[in-house]
Amino acid sequence: MRTDLIIAGVGGQGSLMAGTLLGTAAVVFDNKKALQTQSYSSELRGGAAITWVIISDEEIMYPRVVHPDILIAQAPQAIVRHLSQLKPGGILIVDSDMVKDPPRNGYELIQVPATSIASKEIGNSIVTNLVVLGALIGTTQVVSPDAVEKAIHISVPKSKVDINIKAFYRGLEHAPK
Amino acid sequence: MKQVYQPMENKRVRTGKYFMMGNVACAEGAIAGGCEFAAGYPITPASEIAHTLAKRMLEVGGYFFQAEDEISAICAAIGASWTGKKVFIPTSGPGISLMLENIGFAVGIETPCVLVNVQRGGPTTGAPSMGLQGDMIQPRRGSHGDYEIIALCPSSPQEMFDYTVRAFNLAERYRTPVFVMADAFIGHMREEVAIPEADEIETTYRRIPKKGADLSTIKVFLDEEVAPMPIFGRGFKSHVTSSCHDEYGNRNLIDPTALDNFIQRLRNKVLKHRDEIVQVESDYDSCELALVAYGAVSRCAKEAVRVARSKGLDVGYFRVITPWPFPDREVQDLSHKVKKILVLENNSGQYYPYVRAEAAGRAEVEFLAPEILGQVHSLDYVAQKIEEMLR
Repeated sequence: MRTDLIIAGVGGQGSLMAGTLLGTAAVVFDNKKALQTQSYSSELRGGAAITWVIISDEEIMYPRVVHPDILIAQAPQAIVRHLSQLKPGGILIVDSDMVKDPPRNGYELIQVPATSIASKEIGNSIVTNLVVLGALIGTTQVVSPDAVEKAIHISVPKSKVDINIKAFYRGLEHAPK
Repeated sequence: MKQVYQPMENKRVRTGKYFMMGNVACAEGAIAGGCEFAAGYPITPASEIAHTLAKRMLEVGGYFFQAEDEISAICAAIGASWTGKKVFIPTSGPGISLMLENIGFAVGIETPCVLVNVQRGGPTTGAPSMGLQGDMIQPRRGSHGDYEIIALCPSSPQEMFDYTVRAFNLAERYRTPVFVMADAFIGHMREEVAIPEADEIETTYRRIPKKGADLSTIKVFLDEEVAPMPIFGRGFKSHVTSSCHDEYGNRNLIDPTALDNFIQRLRNKVLKHRDEIVQVESDYDSCELALVAYGAVSRCAKEAVRVARSKGLDVGYFRVITPWPFPDREVQDLSHKVKKILVLENNSGQYYPYVRAEAAGRAEVEFLAPEILGQVHSLDYVAQKIEEMLR
């Protein structure tokens, strides 16, 4: 089983980091295969930031995501650029603080107010990407929550581990049951 | 420029399983392969190699030199190689363009060194973060004169590690520059990288004349079996010149036979050992059609072949791992056994004429660029072409 994802936002939202955590969780802790590629414009903040992630139980041969099973949109321009690529019947996860009224046809829509959860409930908008990642894992189980938690431990500065894990589980709870 | 020298050999190999970026894997491969001196100038999409080395080289007791430009970087590395260090020069195409004069110099004076070209979209400044296999002929024919080169072409972060280790071994074994031809897509790709235990990684070091040897009686250049290298600082009295020279390093700019000897011996050093160097991965026995590709595109070709075969189509696969020296016998064999060849590259057809020339009328050879240059072909697009060629 191969799952193709796009995580797209603007620079500074941690879209690429979310993809790297996902891949690390899959490869290092869930014994799956993962492949990540990325693209970002040269502005550090505010420019488009996109990452393509493939998670699979088997060896990944073809390295590109052409039609993703899942699109995570952290900014309106992600919808403009990538929604047409989403597979029919795929999953669209949006940060509903950033993407208002996404089109609703032909896919499963999951709306998470990730930015406000991160900034108001957790107290730091820097972990918005972990709320989004939590919503993804709660919805699809593409990797195990335990693996993501371990990936956080080896990927973020020690002082930021707790806040990242908290944000992740808050996102996980927010996923539709 | 004084650096803190901390020999920490035990940290040279970061054994373990990682979700690692290709460029980082390349830097780790260099260190595992024994790199002691790396020099570079920051350039997208290769900068992560330099970033990693700038930190890691100090940890293992090596040196990283951030030069003022790429010309300085390669000159420093050539000098370091002549002091006996294993040297590494990571860059992208524009950097290689600046280095070309000195790449020829390194070939001519038989200097082991490893160059990485994380290819980006060109010509000129182009699109730095987009991967294009746009410089495939450059290592072979970029510098002036008549010479051979060795190049390896990775298709994954794991191979960025493995092939960089191998590049060091080939450079040391044949006393010559060796290229790792990556591109932005592979360099920036993250995937599983398994780094083995240090004692499982084979490393080679160049031959050096015995201490106190009289170099007027020992051939230290132009040996097709690869001469020992009279490195600086060991008391050897040797003349190292970029001018045409003989086996003892003596200049000779007047006899045509001296030039012939100079060129042929350097070429044969690589060509006579082509069986130890050339690598392809293939599966095409008497197929109607075979797909030829290298680097990232080879993964597309392999998957396209799997899909085509699942539909009952008679399609084979041929991946070039070492584009240089050209795998002539392997392509000849391919062209004997299949009727048609389709060359896939993420460029407008750079390697294709070489394949077509080698197939020399035995097989019909066609080329397919990606729909959008800089982006690996989509599977549907390749499938369409396969069906068209088999019709």
